[in-house]
Amino acid sequence: MRKGEKAFSMILTFCVAFIFWLLLSAWNKYLLGHYDLFRLARGIIVALIVTVTAHELLVPGRGEQVLLKIQRWLLYILWELYQIVLAAIDVASRVFGLRPVDPRIIEFETTLRSDLALTTFADSITLTPGTITIDIEPERGKYTVHAIDKGPADALTVDQTMQKKVGHIFMEEG
Amino acid sequence: MLTVDLIVDIITIVFLAGGAFFMITGAVGLVKFPDFYTRLHATGKCDTLGQILIIVGCMFFEGFNFITVKLFFVVAFYLFAGPAATHAIMKAAYFTGLKPWKKGDPRM
Repeated sequence: MRKGEKAFSMILTFCVAFIFWLLLSAWNKYLLGHYDLFRLARGIIVALIVTVTAHELLVPGRGEQVLLKIQRWLLYILWELYQIVLAAIDVASRVFGLRPVDPRIIEFETTLRSDLALTTFADSITLTPGTITIDIEPERGKYTVHAIDKGPADALTVDQTMQKKVGHIFMEEG
Repeated sequence: MLTVDLIVDIITIVFLAGGAFFMITGAVGLVKFPDFYTRLHATGKCDTLGQILIIVGCMFFEGFNFITVKLFFVVAFYLFAGPAATHAIMKAAYFTGLKPWKKGDPRM
């Protein structure tokens, strides 16, 4: 890790840790008027300890085009929330017998390789309608997925909308 | 007469009722579906949305202050932890050799 990157990583980690501490330790309903210097000093000390011990875990180097990736990732989360609503409605209609239950296990390979991309896609599979991730082989990007019906299975193996979206975020379209 | 309090109450009730509906649906699916894997579908997905709706209803009821922020952290944590837990249970069952139900088999 270069010198400038280390300073960047430590400053970012300190800001995140301190703001998180401020939000969580607001013991009264409203922040203003209830913070004196002693309490703030405790928070700063704790945030410093966290920064020194853990800054390499939170920000491991600057990477390439981080801001663009974060922007795309936030947009993707909005789409994902919509998919969560669809998933719950889909399962509810299967519970009440409006759609069939025909479970199957499918396997397919993707172009994703990095840990973050693989985890994001695995979480997305579990949150979107009718599919749950069972296993991942990270070397080949191979997923084993349990699908509740033919439709959700085809959405992963044939349409591949979500693979393309996740690959677009992390720039691993292969 | 429509006041702000009444509107907030109505929004809260809508969110809480939606959350309760999905939680109950998940419980019904847990009993009704044929085998372990499909039951995990019911609880995993319905519970995620149910919990989120209930917590968002609480956020509306509370108004905008620090309790809302803490509830928002709970929602964010649930979005990451829910699928991971479902996946862990399903992986454990799959690798201990539990056979998935196919269409036409008797119920397990």
